Amino acid sequence: MNRERTIVLWCPDWPVLAARSATDLPADGPMALIEHGMVFACSIEARRQGVRRGLTVREAQFRCTDLVVLPYDPALDRRAFDPVLDGLEDITPGVAVLRPGTCAIRARGPVRYYGSEDAAARAMLDYLHGAGLPEARAGIADGPFAAEQAARREGFPSRARAVDPRGALPERLDRVHIVPPGESAAFLAPLPVSAVAEAGLGTLLARLGVHTLGQLAALPAQDVHRRFGAAAAQAHARAAGREHEEVVPRTPTPVFDRGQEFEPALDRIDQLAFALRSTADTFVQTLREQTLVCTAVSILVSTEDGLLTERTWRHPRWFTASDLIDRVRWQLQGEGRADSGLAAGVVRVVFSPDRVDAVANHEDGLWGTGPDERIHHALTRVQGLVGHAGVVTAAIGGGRMLADRQVWVPWGDDGAGLPTGGPGGADRPWSGSLGGLLPATVYRERHPVALVTDDGRSLRVDDRGALDGEPARFSPPRSIEGSTGGPPSPVVAWAGPWPVRERWWDPMAGRTVQRVQIVEETGGAWLLALDDDGWRAEARYD
Amino acid sequence: MSIPLTSVAHAAGPPAGSAAERVSELQARIHGMQRDRWDAGGRPVSGVLAGLLPDGILRTGVVYTVDNSTSLIMAAVAAATADGGWGAVVGLPDFGAEAAIGYGIDLERLVLVPSPADQWLAVTAALVDVLPVVVVHPARAVGDAEAARLGARLRQSGCTLIVAGAWPQSEAALRVTDTRWDGLGAGHGYLAGRDLAVHVTGRNGSGRRRSTLVHLPDAAAAAAGIRQPGES
Repeated sequence: MNRERTIVLWCPDWPVLAARSATDLPADGPMALIEHGMVFACSIEARRQGVRRGLTVREAQFRCTDLVVLPYDPALDRRAFDPVLDGLEDITPGVAVLRPGTCAIRARGPVRYYGSEDAAARAMLDYLHGAGLPEARAGIADGPFAAEQAARREGFPSRARAVDPRGALPERLDRVHIVPPGESAAFLAPLPVSAVAEAGLGTLLARLGVHTLGQLAALPAQDVHRRFGAAAAQAHARAAGREHEEVVPRTPTPVFDRGQEFEPALDRIDQLAFALRSTADTFVQTLREQTLVCTAVSILVSTEDGLLTERTWRHPRWFTASDLIDRVRWQLQGEGRADSGLAAGVVRVVFSPDRVDAVANHEDGLWGTGPDERIHHALTRVQGLVGHAGVVTAAIGGGRMLADRQVWVPWGDDGAGLPTGGPGGADRPWSGSLGGLLPATVYRERHPVALVTDDGRSLRVDDRGALDGEPARFSPPRSIEGSTGGPPSPVVAWAGPWPVRERWWDPMAGRTVQRVQIVEETGGAWLLALDDDGWRAEARYD
Repeated sequence: MSIPLTSVAHAAGPPAGSAAERVSELQARIHGMQRDRWDAGGRPVSGVLAGLLPDGILRTGVVYTVDNSTSLIMAAVAAATADGGWGAVVGLPDFGAEAAIGYGIDLERLVLVPSPADQWLAVTAALVDVLPVVVVHPARAVGDAEAARLGARLRQSGCTLIVAGAWPQSEAALRVTDTRWDGLGAGHGYLAGRDLAVHVTGRNGSGRRRSTLVHLPDAAAAAAGIRQPGES
């Protein structure tokens, strides 16, 4: 057997460390991460008080009353491990991630460089120690499985001190366990079967009298395969120190982020746009070299006064360099105009791709994609004039009031997250929404109007939900162009009130509105709404 | 075989009995080649607009003004984008998108520039180059020179510009002079439909003036199966 010598580095309780780094919790409090209502991982302080993996939350809190309980986040685990790997790759190439917190390295290269296996492992542990992981351990054996078991074998410090006769040695040496070449099987033999087999198979083997890896390895490989299947055959090979896994180094993800610092700070948008041009070009070009295009980008802008703004921009096609510059411009100027100065000088801008796609999915057809492309260019130009949110397409969402139902989506943003479908969708039965003819003009701003009875009294709706008189005269809002705005005109036909009660359970967002349709003598037809502040024009039929 | 020869002879000229027709046809062709004024193309429209627009044709490359009715604007945009074209609405923040669906406008192909402020003319000019129909609400009165420049772009791109307000030169100016509503009584019913009296003024104010009665919602559109969103 010529298994490859492998170094495995293991950081105990990695999920807890990752969660602590993300939440600024004190580094020594008892803490547990919960998945599906069970303890997934816990800190050493919690373990001392009897918290174990697999306990229910309630039981864990009973055993340790000051336990901090957080949900387990696998993505955070991986994300937090990434910088550690980057640092490791600086001192040794070819790092493979077994799982967050555990990584394997082929021993050959580092051993030749550092002189011995022990020295190589110590160099890596030194790095991890410096990176804030003093608990990390290393194991060296034939193959990653045996090496991982070797790394874990030292156990936790209390146990390690109890069983380790070399108490006088520096603690760091304690944390390296080397299984000599060819002795992996013997090293693994006393370990319990649960180290290789999942719960079901482990129980079954235990019932059959197979308790240790040595006993499992002693069974004929072919019989194990025939009786327990492929998974058990793999477990058998591992138990016998004949595993087939190899260390496959991870391919470092290329970094596409491009940034630029400005010294002195720039305080005019046009200067900034000019200075950023080459950075944007490089950003697009680097992606291009990987046959990628960016369809969503995060732009980070730091200003002199320490403010950091980040915004993610989407693109209906993909970003070119000038599109990126436009996005920076819009992000900085907000609703202002292109020539307005900035509140504080910009010291740094970073483009970071949020979503990339293969360039093949975005190639133009052989004869181009025709008119849509032209339209997109024209609309992008208009966005340059009036700002990103100034050019919109409308969508119909859910709601009772007409203005609520019209949702504007800026050109270039995808409409995801709009309440157009599902429980808040436009086609749900919105009780109280308007039926019949739909008005062509829907006011988005409040336009107060007056609706009065014959004797000049403003109309109200009584407790029984009826108008307390007949509408006789109506004064259209002065602010609306085209309306007469002058003397009140007689009302010739009316209907209502139709009540709309929304969110009555929520005192902040709840509202009650009474709607009335009226027709003026001049032929104008209005939808009016009465709320706590009086009558307003909700819409006009014109 | 003399058949090809006879057929060529037939194609070359009609029988001698209609010499006068032939002369007029040739004159028409000569005028066509020598014409000194540009003649707009266009598309025949049906429904409400057929009775309103001159010759029942919505021309391309010209300006229509619709003074005081968003509904008529929607009908015109729907007619111009019926074949899958895009439309744009500039400077109308209160445009009722839900009602627009009822006129047959596809919202996915309708671009809104609700508040262009003083950039409205530049925005319109950029849009008329690529879109077949653009609606604009002028923020201020437009001079003849500006209108002529925009008119040249319209003719070049074949865009129909619908102005919600006044414009110096227009193919036709539509103005609602009277409205009679159906369905609403004194305290009962709801607005269901209306008869509009529309006053149409032809080109440059010098053309024929006439008043037409139309009914909205459009019976033709309803027959074509366009859903009125208010009905369930």
